[in-house]
Amino acid sequence: MENKLTKIDIIMSPNKFEELKDELGKIGISGMTVSNVLGCGMQKGHKEIYRGKVVDIYLLQKVKVEIVVCEVPVETVVETAKRVLHTGEMGDGKIFIYDVKNVIRISNGAEGRDALQYDYKKE
Amino acid sequence: MNSINGADSAFIILSTVLVMIMTPGLSLFYGGMVRKKNVLSTTAKSYAALVVISLQWILIGYTLCFGKDINGLIGGLQWLGLNGVGFEPNPDYSATISHQLFMLFQMMFAILTPALISGALVERINFKAWIIFILLWATFVYDPLAHWVWGVGGWLRNLGALDFAGGNVVHISSGVSALVAAIMLGKRKKLETITPHNIPMTLIGAALLWFGWFGFNAGSALGINAVAMYAFINTNTSAAAAALAWCLCELMYRKKITCLGIASGAVAGLVAITPGAGFVTPMASIVIGLVGGAVCFFAVTIVKQKLKYDDALDAFGCHGVGGIWGGIATGLFATTAINPAGANGLFYGNPKLVLIQLLAIAVTILLSVVVTFVIMKVINLITPVRVSSEVEQTGLDVSLHGEEAYGGLNI
Repeated sequence: MENKLTKIDIIMSPNKFEELKDELGKIGISGMTVSNVLGCGMQKGHKEIYRGKVVDIYLLQKVKVEIVVCEVPVETVVETAKRVLHTGEMGDGKIFIYDVKNVIRISNGAEGRDALQYDYKKE
Repeated sequence: MNSINGADSAFIILSTVLVMIMTPGLSLFYGGMVRKKNVLSTTAKSYAALVVISLQWILIGYTLCFGKDINGLIGGLQWLGLNGVGFEPNPDYSATISHQLFMLFQMMFAILTPALISGALVERINFKAWIIFILLWATFVYDPLAHWVWGVGGWLRNLGALDFAGGNVVHISSGVSALVAAIMLGKRKKLETITPHNIPMTLIGAALLWFGWFGFNAGSALGINAVAMYAFINTNTSAAAAALAWCLCELMYRKKITCLGIASGAVAGLVAITPGAGFVTPMASIVIGLVGGAVCFFAVTIVKQKLKYDDALDAFGCHGVGGIWGGIATGLFATTAINPAGANGLFYGNPKLVLIQLLAIAVTILLSVVVTFVIMKVINLITPVRVSSEVEQTGLDVSLHGEEAYGGLNI
């Protein structure tokens, strides 16, 4: 049976990143790509004050977490992210889910499911 | 204009501004070591000291420190609001420079000292609480302590304790108070993941501190004389020796020498030489620096990890520990050959001085611990000292100050 590869993007507020990383580690996800991004959605931003002049800040700083999973169920990742990031307010973030055609590990040429597995016995 | 000496005055004016720039320099030193989201709040704490203490000093601070002695414990209020502080020299403290200049020079020390404490409390202390803290701390720790050590009639001074430029008054007091406040405040969340966000900024701050310290130490001679020159040489030498020692420790411990290490080592050396700058020989200052750098490295790298307190930017590790070593070192290495107005230390045949130094250090620690504890408790009754968990996670710059340090997000 072909193992399905899925990419999960989480766009979130920067202040909960460390917590999310810990929780993802607990469900077996240790590899991820994290970037600083700017974004806006329903959240209208916040106001800042420079020498008395109020400035509307529209694009807000967010963090984008990109994960590709095979063994770990997608639902588990989504539930974990929702649990950590949910406040009910605007600005909690969004999760995007994509299909992935292939994954290749450069160091040993492994592909697909094997490229995502870390062989702990080898240590 | 009878006894005022132009050269001495020019030198002390220069020293005054050299010490002044150390406070903004400190804000850079500290600012680079915190996370980006907290750099402005860190900076604000040092500038707050500049603003608040500049006013507190001329209103009440100066007279409490240097006013006419009351029972060896505190100065009187005759100079409240600079009343009577005129151009003419005050021979009790400085015969050749204006009384007003002496007051100004001392002000810069009073400003820097509370700012040092902020290093232990960054990234989680409320700004309002900080303002109240420095006001109370300056009045109830710094002012009495400066009187005891430097004031005419002060009881530690009368006992013969030596503190040339503020090892006790500035560094031990601020370092120990910082530790107490940091423990009471609690650790930052996710401590293991916190890294400095701008080390070049820290290095610029360290440069300003080293530069300004020449005013801090050499200027404490209050004139252009041999003691000032020895203090000048000792200051630079100790800084260099301590930086070397710290780096060697880093090499042994971590196999790599870091810029942050060089800067921290230099600061530790500057702290360590402060109480003895005008009393010891340049060769002694090499030893003082080497030991100071190593001891502070140990305090910061090993003791802090073991005892798990969050002295965020090592206010205690560098200033407290460095100041304590410096005070003891003064008791070992002081010699009247360098400064006839000082005393001889253990290595010059006088074991008594070390004991007096230890007493002064113990008294400083006791005062700092007790009063800081009380101040923190009192403030917490008025306004919460620690920020909420959300504010801490979002960052103090945006939450408390409504400001983003690096231009916000411009696209």
